Amino acid sequence: MTKVNFTANLMRHVECPSMDVDGKTVRDVLAKVFAENPRLKSYVVDEQFSLRRHMGIIVDGEIVRDRNGLSDPVESSSEVYVLQALSGG
Amino acid sequence: MTNSLMISTRKGLFTASRGGSGWAVSDVAFLGDNVTLALHDPRSGYSYAALDHGHFGVKLHRNKGDGWHEIAAPAYPEKPADVVSKDAWGKDLPWATVLLWALETGGADEPGVIWCGTIPGGLFKSEDHGDTWSLNRPLWDEPKRQRWMGGGRELPGIHSICVDPRSSKTIRVGVSCGGVWQTDDGGESWACRATGMRAEFMPPEQAGDPEIQDPHFLVQSPSDPDRLWVQHHNGIFISSDGSKSWSEIYADPSSFGFAVAVHPSEPDTAWFVPGIKDELRIPVDGRLIVTRTRDGGKSFEQLGRGLPHSHAYDVALRHALTIDKSGDQLAFGTTTGNVYVTEDQGDHWSTIANSLPPVYAVRFVENA
Repeated sequence: MTKVNFTANLMRHVECPSMDVDGKTVRDVLAKVFAENPRLKSYVVDEQFSLRRHMGIIVDGEIVRDRNGLSDPVESSSEVYVLQALSGG
Repeated sequence: MTNSLMISTRKGLFTASRGGSGWAVSDVAFLGDNVTLALHDPRSGYSYAALDHGHFGVKLHRNKGDGWHEIAAPAYPEKPADVVSKDAWGKDLPWATVLLWALETGGADEPGVIWCGTIPGGLFKSEDHGDTWSLNRPLWDEPKRQRWMGGGRELPGIHSICVDPRSSKTIRVGVSCGGVWQTDDGGESWACRATGMRAEFMPPEQAGDPEIQDPHFLVQSPSDPDRLWVQHHNGIFISSDGSKSWSEIYADPSSFGFAVAVHPSEPDTAWFVPGIKDELRIPVDGRLIVTRTRDGGKSFEQLGRGLPHSHAYDVALRHALTIDKSGDQLAFGTTTGNVYVTEDQGDHWSTIANSLPPVYAVRFVENA
């Protein structure tokens, strides 16, 4: 199963423990996580399931390029990190 | 007079209360988070707070008296693949809530109804105190909406919502940039109502085009609903015929600003917080004042007693000036973190706070 981890910064707003899920793409595994944790969804993607502007996803060390479709493949051995760039003053 | 004021800021939702020694900040919620707008519904007693987490999107919270809890924020439906969604500049318009930019209660005869305006231009309605929301499709699908365009904000949006006290089915919304839009059938059909406004930023032949106007804020007189006031990007406009037509008004020392408030029972009385002009958004001569007209805009008084007279560079944004039901008490907050209140219609002002985060919105808590 693919392990999906979330930035700790999200924990201030919503519970988001790491989860092990099955899926062939980043979108697949995120959809599985959101099915279990519905409130988390709107914090990571918008209504069209596009990755929010300042969020980033890394799969096995590679940055996800398809930010709208999230079609990048994942393996059952993959580790996915959902990250965020903190900014502002 | 009301004794409580909600202050939405870049770093939290502050509450100020009126006690024996005057007004003071008494509480804060969402400390550190960006609260863009708040609403108290006197019909239910519920309060609402709109948050913009930036990285994590916009959220809506509700307080029924038992603390703040996140509820569903207005969300757009799935965008059909064959639909091209762009604003007038050709910028892509996402089918996604970028900002909750207006929150208003429905009419007295429709408890539970809340309206929400958003960037990128969708108007949402809840009929269950915010539990669920639906996008108003007639306005979203209106072909002329594609003429709306971003101004200071990158994308267009609805920032003002006026539910007509004579009929809850008549609603006017202010759009930057897109004019004023009105429905008389509860949102099934809409028409632009900005004839007479003037957009100096456009080529001369398009300056009078109603659908590209930039009303910064729209308010309606509760006692004479045919009277509406707009603080516009290029000045102040007044309507005396229910927004069928608008006339321009000139105020000293300036007609530029974002906010406007109208007296609850005197339709000719309104307040503004002027800046120099659109490309120089600071008070004239570094002196913070409020302007007031009592004669429908024929003349203005400059009210500065209790406000800083020098080196003040405050801007009051569009939702950051408010008036209570009595008509005597007003408050405004500024981008430099100052909040001022008056209990005599602006003749004298006193300071609530001088060092809050940038203020986006203020609103008195009115109870039924």
